[in-house]
Amino acid sequence: MQKARLVTYFEDNSTCEPRLMCLAVPGRVEQLYEADGIRMAKLNFGGVVKEVCLVYLPDISVGEYAIVHVGFAISRIDEASAEATLQTFAELGLLDDQRAGQGDEGP
Amino acid sequence: MKYLTEFRQGAQARLLADEIARCVTRPWAIMEVCGGQTHAIMRHGIDQILPRQIELIHGPGCPVCVTPLETIDRALAIAARPEVIFCSFGDMLRVPGSRGDLLRVQGAGGDVRVVYSPLDALRIAVANPHREVVFLAIGFETTAPANAMAIKLAKEQGLRNFSALVSQVLVPPAMEAILQSPANRVQAFLAAGHVCCVTGYQDYPPLATKYHVPIVVTGFEPLDLLEGIRRAVLQLERGEAQVENAYARVVSEHGNGAAQAVIHEVFEVTDRTWRGIGSIKQSGWRLRPSYKAWDAEQRFPVATMPSCEPAECRSGEVLQGAIKPAECPAFGRECTPRTPLGATMVSSEGACAAYFNYGRFGSDAAIPRLHHPG
Repeated sequence: MQKARLVTYFEDNSTCEPRLMCLAVPGRVEQLYEADGIRMAKLNFGGVVKEVCLVYLPDISVGEYAIVHVGFAISRIDEASAEATLQTFAELGLLDDQRAGQGDEGP
Repeated sequence: MKYLTEFRQGAQARLLADEIARCVTRPWAIMEVCGGQTHAIMRHGIDQILPRQIELIHGPGCPVCVTPLETIDRALAIAARPEVIFCSFGDMLRVPGSRGDLLRVQGAGGDVRVVYSPLDALRIAVANPHREVVFLAIGFETTAPANAMAIKLAKEQGLRNFSALVSQVLVPPAMEAILQSPANRVQAFLAAGHVCCVTGYQDYPPLATKYHVPIVVTGFEPLDLLEGIRRAVLQLERGEAQVENAYARVVSEHGNGAAQAVIHEVFEVTDRTWRGIGSIKQSGWRLRPSYKAWDAEQRFPVATMPSCEPAECRSGEVLQGAIKPAECPAFGRECTPRTPLGATMVSSEGACAAYFNYGRFGSDAAIPRLHHPG
């Protein structure tokens, strides 16, 4: 009998299984090529390399990251936006430190 | 791994959860629409670090779960034909129809194959010119670009032994149906980030205004989910109802225009029945008449059979957020991922499977019943 697991961790880096239709993980473009006249690429998903169709993201370059759904790259990951989001989180941390310093409340 | 590790840091997650706790003054019910997000919330324990006032209601965004029973029954009938190679995404194989599932058809000698991409089904059709290759084209806006392209290529290449059984569904009409329900408790939405990377979020402002609900486009990693929740709570506390994008590294306002163009070339909007929920107007896509020759429903007419759902399965209420999976009497007893009564227990995006796999049994007392059934 399968035992239920209680998982409460954040820092695992396992990739999601490709059979999930909407839960896509970012893949890094490693190689560009054409097959039967269609623009294709090899993308690396945390060590697993898969063939991906680039017909909807034709101008992506080697080294960039994309979100892929059922074998098609749909969206390029914007590095500047990712940095900006992480920056807002970092500022929350600073804010929290200040609050702790003022003796408001600890985390 | 870049773009994953940074968005999974436990210390930052704790900070965001603390920040949410600081903002909250009263109870709020927030729906994450996408089943992939439900899965991520359970997997990472997001529900367990949120303040008690925040209730997450799990939405109907599980493509496997809402594919109508009638479509599954039709797929089973087509897959059983000797001339057919039936291609499907892996998640669909164990979804119960009225009489068995695709795995059972395979066991009985049917040629059922799992494909990762619809292009794999096209390749199988090219390699097997004397067989009929049928692809089960299901899913939300996320699978539509790939499915539409496969069908478009089949037409362009004159591939006559390929056809698609299409049952595509759309997220925004389902959100509106939830808001219109007299029993609705949803006060804000986390919009499905990966649906929006196809469609953008330009359709959401009228919905936010008409029903006065905040809608926050949200990603799938722990920090993304917490940031989406934080922004929704801030709006709720201020009495605002805006559309915000908390997943800007992936989603743009207008989405992927090239994908939208191909979708609209191949598909047209239609009313669609959602399994467990019922018919929702203008909530799906079907093939346009110009693609009739590649429509498996036309090519393989199946006599309408009475379809039946197991009476004890309450997946419809789960899909509408009316009950939590653990509130269903069959949950974890008659119904487990190995012996699913409903599609919500089959799919990795289904709420029942997420609750089961990550141990959300409601109370610990329910767990021993698993080991000593009956």
